[in-house]
Amino acid sequence: MKYENQIQVTFPSKSVNEGLARSIVAAFAAQLDPTLDELGDIKTAVSEAVTNCIVHAYPNEIGIITLKAKITGDGVLDLTIRDKGRGIADIDQAKTPLFTTGGAERSGMGFTIMESFMNELRVTSQPGKGTTVHMKRKIVKRGERP
Amino acid sequence: MTSYLQDKQLTIALSGEIDHHSARETMETIGGKIDTYLPALCILDFRDVTFMDSSGIAIVINAVRRMREIGGKIRLQNIPAQPYKVLEAAGMAKLIEIPERSGT
Ligand SMILES: Nc1ncnc2c1ncn2[C@@H]1O[C@H](COP(=O)(O)OP(=O)(O)OP(=O)(O)O)[C@@H](O)[C@H]1O
Ligand SMILES: [Mg+2]
Repeated sequence: MKYENQIQVTFPSKSVNEGLARSIVAAFAAQLDPTLDELGDIKTAVSEAVTNCIVHAYPNEIGIITLKAKITGDGVLDLTIRDKGRGIADIDQAKTPLFTTGGAERSGMGFTIMESFMNELRVTSQPGKGTTVHMKRKIVKRGERP
Repeated sequence: MTSYLQDKQLTIALSGEIDHHSARETMETIGGKIDTYLPALCILDFRDVTFMDSSGIAIVINAVRRMREIGGKIRLQNIPAQPYKVLEAAGMAKLIEIPERSGT
C-alpha cells in the first residue's frame, strides 16, 4: 500500500502503556498539523482500542499489542491496533452501545466512541486468535478549515 | 484527589488523565468519600482533567448509582472540551444533567 509515513510499535498489554500509546500516536499525527480537537478525538479512539486489548483480549495474561500508524496521501491518519488474544465471537453485538462483558468497571461505550470520533472503523476478529481494529481519520488542512 | 464538604455538599476535584490505568483508584476514592460523608449533593469537578476515555464514563455512572442509593444528587462541573465530547458521545446527557461546556 502506498503511504507517506508510517510507524509500528509493539508493547505488552500493561495498563501503563495506554498513555504511552496515546502519546505516540499524537506525536506521529502532529505532522498533519491537527487541531487540538482532532488530536483529542484521535487520542480517545486509540485509548479505547488499546484498553480493549488490555482488558478484554488478554484478561488473565500479558500479551502483545501491535499499533501501526500511517499517514496516507491527502492527509488521512490510518491506525491499526492488533492483539492475538481471546477474540470476539459476535462483532455486531460487541459494537452495540452499552454491551459489555467487563462488569461495572466498563460502560460498553468504547466502540461507539471510536465510531463517532473517527471517520471509519473496521473490526475483524477470530475467536481464540485475536482482533484487529482499523480506524481512519481525515485531518483537515489548515487552509481548508472553516 | 482533593475534595471539600460544605452544607452536605461534597465537591470532588478530579485531575490528570482518566483512563483504565487510573480508573479503579479514582472510582474507589469517589465511592469512599460518598460513603464517608453521605452528601445530599456530590459535585464532580473536571477542571483539571486533561484526558478522559470511556473508563471515565463508568466512574460517572458508578457515582450516579451511589448517590441515588443514598437519596442524593450528582452534578458535573467545569468540563473541558475533550471529556465533554466523550460524555456526549456516550449518551450521558440522558442519565445526568450535563452543563454547558466550558472552554478548552
Ligand atoms: N480486543 C478485544 N478482544 C476481545 N474482546 C473485545 C475486544 N474489544 C472489545 N471486545 C468485546 O467487545 C465488548 C464491547 O467493547 P467496548 O469497548 O464497546 O465496551 P467495553 O470495553 O466493554 O466498555 P468501555 O469501552 O465503555 O469501557 C467488550 O465488552 C468485549 O466483550
Ligand atoms: Mg472498551
